[in-house]
Amino acid sequence: MIELLEKTAKHNGLVTAFALVGLVMLVSMWMSRRLTFGRVHGSAIAILIGLGLAYWGGIQTGGKQGLADVSLFAGIGLMGGAMLRDFAIVATAFEVQVVEARKAGLVGAAALLLGTLLPFVVGASVAWAFGYRDAVSLTTIGAGAVTYIVGPVTGAAIGASSEIMALSIATGLVKAIMVMVGTPMAARFLRLKTPRSAMVFGGLAGTVSGVSAGLAATDRRLVPYGALVATFHTGLGCLLGPSLLYFATRSLVA
Amino acid sequence: MIIYGTALLAVCHLLGIFLGDLLGTLLGAKTNVGGVGIAMILLICARLYMHKRGMMPQTTEMGVAFWGAMYIPVVVAMAAQQNVVSALRGGPVALLAAFASVLACAGCIALINRSERPLPESESDADKHPAPKHA
Repeated sequence: MIELLEKTAKHNGLVTAFALVGLVMLVSMWMSRRLTFGRVHGSAIAILIGLGLAYWGGIQTGGKQGLADVSLFAGIGLMGGAMLRDFAIVATAFEVQVVEARKAGLVGAAALLLGTLLPFVVGASVAWAFGYRDAVSLTTIGAGAVTYIVGPVTGAAIGASSEIMALSIATGLVKAIMVMVGTPMAARFLRLKTPRSAMVFGGLAGTVSGVSAGLAATDRRLVPYGALVATFHTGLGCLLGPSLLYFATRSLVA
Repeated sequence: MIIYGTALLAVCHLLGIFLGDLLGTLLGAKTNVGGVGIAMILLICARLYMHKRGMMPQTTEMGVAFWGAMYIPVVVAMAAQQNVVSALRGGPVALLAAFASVLACAGCIALINRSERPLPESESDADKHPAPKHA
């Protein structure tokens, strides 16, 4: 009986994922209303539950994909994978107010540049403080502080060791998770209210996953504006990391 | 038909990713440069163009709107497959580097957003430093 049920779930991975995420949403909406009286957004709780499940999945299987490594829930990997994530993000552009987006174009671009340089400098400085002295390690860890994709792309390009790469990915992941969890709490401090502020946030906070989840948990209507800018973040980082930022670091260290 | 909307979304998505890859190759960045962003801009343009010509009936719009509404569940699924274990095992360097850069960026965002035209209810924000509660 149980085996039959398990087989059904395994053979219908994506459908199982829909049901599971629906359940998670139901529970978190209920918790939001009953336990926090609507003060913490249901989506924020759902994302936290998701991260918790990912931790459980990682501990259970020792894999890298959280819950998606548990064969019963492999469909989560498809539902939350890059393909459907990007598809859904693009769909949110349907609600963009063109006038608003255009007004903030320049400040969004400025935030984007700042959002690459600032984390890099801070990340590399922390690495320096912990005793890393070679340009390759400093650049890779600094790039990891930009996003967890920029880190390994940069590291691979300039020949960093796998240990440093793992560290750099971890840095980016921790940052993404901090943004996901922290944004709804810091929304007032960050003045996240208008499309323009969401675009500034998208440029500076980086990581499509962190920005989109953070904004989703703060105000669903701001998601497309933040994502529109954040999507250029990884590209810009991968562009600058192994080139300009590496050369600058090298000239400073040597 | 509802599939027209979804198909339009799919075409914009594919074209955007393709152009992003092309841009990345041209710039030598080894990665996709703004593919999703380009796709979003394409979709916005398509909507404006088709709206003007009355080629966008309600059902077609629903084919896109559904996926926009599926956004949060997809993000929850995305959160559920992050490598949380290795992020937490990264040790103090990863934690500190991430925390410091998040703080620096948060400060910057707050600063820039405060320069925006004053909001109607900003007088209640005299509490200048309810420090970002990131922990």
